[in-house]
Amino acid sequence: MTEPVPASPTAIDALADDGPEAPPRSKWRDVWEQFTRHKGAVAGGAFLLFITLAVIFGPWLWTLDPQELDIRNKDLRPIYVGLWNGDAAISWAHPFGTDNLGRDMLAQMISGGRASLAVGWAAMLLSVLIGTAIGVTAGFFRRLDGLLMRLTDLFLSLPILPLLLVAVTLFRQPLRANFGPEGGMFILIVTVIGITSWMPTARIVRGDVLALKEREFVLAARSIGTTSWKIILRHLLPNVLSPIMVSATLGLATAIITESALSFLGVGFPSDYPTWGKMLADAVARMVDFPERVILPGVAISLTVLSVNYLGDGLRDALDPRLRGR
Amino acid sequence: MLTFTIRRLILSIPTLILISFVIFMLLQLAPGDPMAQVPLTVPPEVKQQMREALGLGEPVLVQYAKWLRQVFLLEPAVFIDWLTRDTLLLGWLPDTSLYNGDLRVISWQTRSPVMEIVMQRIPQTLWVVGLAYVVGILIAIPVGIYSAYRQYSVFDQAGTFVTMIGFSIPPFFTGPLLIVIFSVQLGWFPSIYDTTHVVNDWDSFMVQLSQMIMPVMVLALQITAQFSRYMRASMLDNLGQDYVRTARAKGLREAIVVNVHVLRNSMIPVVTVIALGVPAIFGGAIITENVFKVNGIGQLLITSLFANDLPMVMTLTFIFAALIVLFNLVADVLYGLLDPRIRYD
Repeated sequence: MTEPVPASPTAIDALADDGPEAPPRSKWRDVWEQFTRHKGAVAGGAFLLFITLAVIFGPWLWTLDPQELDIRNKDLRPIYVGLWNGDAAISWAHPFGTDNLGRDMLAQMISGGRASLAVGWAAMLLSVLIGTAIGVTAGFFRRLDGLLMRLTDLFLSLPILPLLLVAVTLFRQPLRANFGPEGGMFILIVTVIGITSWMPTARIVRGDVLALKEREFVLAARSIGTTSWKIILRHLLPNVLSPIMVSATLGLATAIITESALSFLGVGFPSDYPTWGKMLADAVARMVDFPERVILPGVAISLTVLSVNYLGDGLRDALDPRLRGR
Repeated sequence: MLTFTIRRLILSIPTLILISFVIFMLLQLAPGDPMAQVPLTVPPEVKQQMREALGLGEPVLVQYAKWLRQVFLLEPAVFIDWLTRDTLLLGWLPDTSLYNGDLRVISWQTRSPVMEIVMQRIPQTLWVVGLAYVVGILIAIPVGIYSAYRQYSVFDQAGTFVTMIGFSIPPFFTGPLLIVIFSVQLGWFPSIYDTTHVVNDWDSFMVQLSQMIMPVMVLALQITAQFSRYMRASMLDNLGQDYVRTARAKGLREAIVVNVHVLRNSMIPVVTVIALGVPAIFGGAIITENVFKVNGIGQLLITSLFANDLPMVMTLTFIFAALIVLFNLVADVLYGLLDPRIRYD
């Protein structure tokens, strides 16, 4: 029989918390911290930002017209060729050289990047929009689910690249007549890439919505009379934002590659309108003498896509709550 | 399993018919006329007869129905006749002669049956792209296994980086780059794939090998990038499971734990992904075939598109779609066969 030890007042003091030790953390700050831990993702994001700013503001800094023919200064090599080849025709007025018609390569790279990135962003937004709309509708409204998912399966079993080629060759003429050669091609390419690449987003979003709509907070929202439309906007969409963002980055990479591939195969933009893919395709014929004309746009495409892929990788890690905080 | 397979097979028929209808209607919108090259002196009624000889000049739905009959009845009949007449495999069977001489799908370019041209082109595609697929998988699986086993090691980091590069550099850049380096600067490999080359001795075999290396490598880089990622993710999923600890605890050697226990379970999703990628062998190599001038089906599709050869485009696109549907089914069935936890019935 031992005397019960009286609880020491100091122990109780030790157990008592007088307040949270750290200030509360918001979700997005957690996400940001996890994101910055992924070096590749940060580098990718920074490079994407740099290239986007460069193609947006580049024309003000480098004011040469990409379409201006300067036949006396044709076939100049980029200035770095001068490092190992003293005889090469180089000029400080054209740091990336000129093409066979004397058009400045740097100006063409900037305006080509503009076209490629604009197509990429627009097509990605379109496909994410369609994918999210179809995914949310299919997941939320049980009656439409079967129909929409069969539609998704149907689109998934279409051979995408052949169909893209078919669509672009078929609709080129009417759209050019209506919106001009560049505008028409832009609309056409963005539309065909958009409507052939929404399926993965739709599937992911549908799966998430199916799980989310059985949760209590949706029930609570419904019980106080929230309409379906409001539930989707206020409660479901913010919760499926992270998979949408990840598939959006992947969509951007695919869209840029697809546009370049179409240009490479000769069904892209008109030949006097440079995009990276078009520049690469045009330069292949004289690649032996002027390898930089293939390498510059090729490296630009590859680096952009690489940085987007790394960004997507980092976003996926940062937005996944199971991985975050480890 | 069998009932599931049969049900899916039957369900895939309406899917295929719907896809073919969509493609057919899309192609009806195409501008261009196969009679555009015929001289103006040819009287209109003769032109009309020429049109009908190509299967044109009738209402769209009738044309579509005729196309369906040609593809689903006549072409298999021709194929079975060919099998029992000219091949070693089934040549011992009596000649079937199912084909009764009706109009087959005719190419507007060559005025010959589309399927004959396709059959001429398929071997090149299968050799180059199929070999790339095999090479890619053979590289990807060990790389995936090792980078998962040593996660975050130097090898894994390098592997992830190469994978990312393989994802990001498009084939229309790697192709020309390899041509410049290996054909122009070093002169090791020819830049153009010579289809007429006949392999009959060791030297000609080496020539064939050297002309195949570059297109195969370009394609294999992408395939490796894709599958080593899947393999790594799947291995990582399994390496943390309880049965791995059990296997180690009972004293199995590490090689057996990883290469037998974990590998077998990790292969399940990878095998289905490999099956899903097979249609890409036929259709996805359009760009690589174009760069290296391999006259396979991808290149056939491009040339017939530019030449406005609609029956050829229609049939090729349909073949690609049919392959995708078929291999989706194969992947589902494989998944069920390999993983006893999955039951479709």
